[in-house]
Amino acid sequence: MTASVFEPWNDPEAKPLIHFQNVTKRYGEFTAIDNLTIDIYEREFYALLGPSGCGKTTLMRMLAGFETPTEGKIFLAGQDIAPVPPNKRAVNMMFQSYALFPHLSIWENIAFGLKREKMPKHDISDRVDEMLRLTRLEKFARRKPHQISGGQRQRVALARSLAKHPKLLLLDEPLGALDKKLRQDTQFELMDIQEKTGTTFVIVTHDQEEAMTVASRVAVMDHGKIIQVASPDRIYESPNSVYVADFIGDVNLIEGTAKPNGNEAYAMSWHEGHEPLTVKSPNAFSDGQKCHLAIRPEKVAISAEKPADADNAVQGRILDIAYLGNISTYHVELPTGAVIKAQTANTRRIARRAYTWEDTVWLSWTATAGVLLAD
Amino acid sequence: MRRFVLIAIPYVWLLALFLVPFAIVLKIALSDAAVARPPYFPQFDWAEGIAAFIAELDFENFVWLTEDDLYWKAYLSSLKIAVISTFFTLLAGYPIAYGMARAPEEWRPTLMMLVILPFWTSFLIRVYAWMGILSNEGFLNQFLMWIGVISEPLTILNTNSAVYIGIVYTYLPFMILPVYSALERLDGSLIEAAEDLGCSRLTAFWLVTIPLSKTGIIAGSFLVFIPVLGEFVIPSLLGGSDTLMIGKVLWEEFFSNRDWPVASAVAVVLLLLLVIPIVLFQRNQQKQQEAEQ
Repeated sequence: MTASVFEPWNDPEAKPLIHFQNVTKRYGEFTAIDNLTIDIYEREFYALLGPSGCGKTTLMRMLAGFETPTEGKIFLAGQDIAPVPPNKRAVNMMFQSYALFPHLSIWENIAFGLKREKMPKHDISDRVDEMLRLTRLEKFARRKPHQISGGQRQRVALARSLAKHPKLLLLDEPLGALDKKLRQDTQFELMDIQEKTGTTFVIVTHDQEEAMTVASRVAVMDHGKIIQVASPDRIYESPNSVYVADFIGDVNLIEGTAKPNGNEAYAMSWHEGHEPLTVKSPNAFSDGQKCHLAIRPEKVAISAEKPADADNAVQGRILDIAYLGNISTYHVELPTGAVIKAQTANTRRIARRAYTWEDTVWLSWTATAGVLLAD
Repeated sequence: MRRFVLIAIPYVWLLALFLVPFAIVLKIALSDAAVARPPYFPQFDWAEGIAAFIAELDFENFVWLTEDDLYWKAYLSSLKIAVISTFFTLLAGYPIAYGMARAPEEWRPTLMMLVILPFWTSFLIRVYAWMGILSNEGFLNQFLMWIGVISEPLTILNTNSAVYIGIVYTYLPFMILPVYSALERLDGSLIEAAEDLGCSRLTAFWLVTIPLSKTGIIAGSFLVFIPVLGEFVIPSLLGGSDTLMIGKVLWEEFFSNRDWPVASAVAVVLLLLLVIPIVLFQRNQQKQQEAEQ
């Protein structure tokens, strides 16, 4: 199988399904969405990620039609959707609380939207059965929502919102109410269903792991602005700001000043009396510019002896060890007082580990391991 | 032992305050009217024994209720007034409860207070106040004539309309409170979900809000219907001579005719009629509790 890479956002010819044009939403004095412009393409699984209060839910509710922008326009398939009420939009939403109708059976819940379309009876029945099969709920069709488990309810909500063949499906923290194990299984199920139906999904979440797992692109938001939109690996590997680096995953941030040192290479002085760090960065920095080196813990190697040919090596003392079974995270205190986290896979039995608490160890990383970010 | 005492308390309460009085009323209903004190016969006499006493009781009064059409007409008329006024109370109470449930959170206690506030004034005084409003020279007629809607005063007082107005006014809180509590629990995202799935505001109300407030509607309707069926004060103060309600008939039998046995028979039949809606009401409550579990 030679699947071409799905990256419509890199194709200048591609027409976005959704286009936000300088959208601003204010509630009195409070600005929930601040002059925001984004494109979402067909068949995308687009994640809006951010802390609570960052405006991601407002953004989603504007797509559903429950809120209207104060300024700017939203286009769905080229059409301004501001005057279209929620019940006339080809957009369906899966609510955080699932919002299943407690007085209706699972079957009737899924059929609810279809009945409003005045669809012929046998077509409704076919479509509901299809959705029940897709979400593996055939056995529960006659039950009421309070008679099934949380995971099943989540699937009913998904089936109900997909039944009407929406152009766009909005998912508001869809897995928030499930426990961790179920959540992981459900994430893959969601991706599967998204692929099978070919529907565009926009998911709102504050769980970065969830966003990284399911999404084709992740939009990191803060204070009503989009900070970065990129595929999960790019968000993780090349964050464009300290905020994104810090929000997604674990990161070590080392402050210093940059000094150009050859082609895309910089010597970053970070503490007096210590050798400057060697860093490669495609972003240009001027001489003496303040900057942060963001480096992921798993990209920092830890060893008892000084490694021979490392680009960067610093000595420190192990302060703490977080043992997670498959991996361990070491908190190493440098002589400067800064604490650097290093993560390694536990490939050896714990009894055979060469270092433990209070031991002096060497941390090392390559010039390309970290990302140099402006202040 | 402690458990037994705990269970015994409500049973003793029911026995002393419900079953014993009911037995006494039933006994009077089975007696004959007499010019005596108390005005009925037979009286229980230890010397003759219980068998002789029971032998003298009969169902004459109940037979009499079926023979004179006044009584069943009064029952039917009470039923009609109770049904119609329950309907109007629902019609007036539901929008109020809906408005309260949709009001901003900080307003709700105040609105609730306003609904309960009339109870702080004597019920009788409030009904008398309605006489002042509804009479021919009352405030309502004066106001309508002043704005020029009518030129002759309307006769409202001492008609069935006045009875309906009085009942709806008095029993409105009993409808509002259960409906409000059902609507307040309603998750707003359900309405949004209905709209999202293609409902207009009105269909969402009809398909989601109404079914989900059904338990409140039923509870409120019974809380109004049951006492209105036996209502006496409102029809006798606001109603006319043609307003026939069983409560009024009962009062007249008891105080005007001094026919305690017939009055008691009327009361016993009324109670039996009320048992049906009360049982239905309790089953509804039970179902509601099961649904919440």
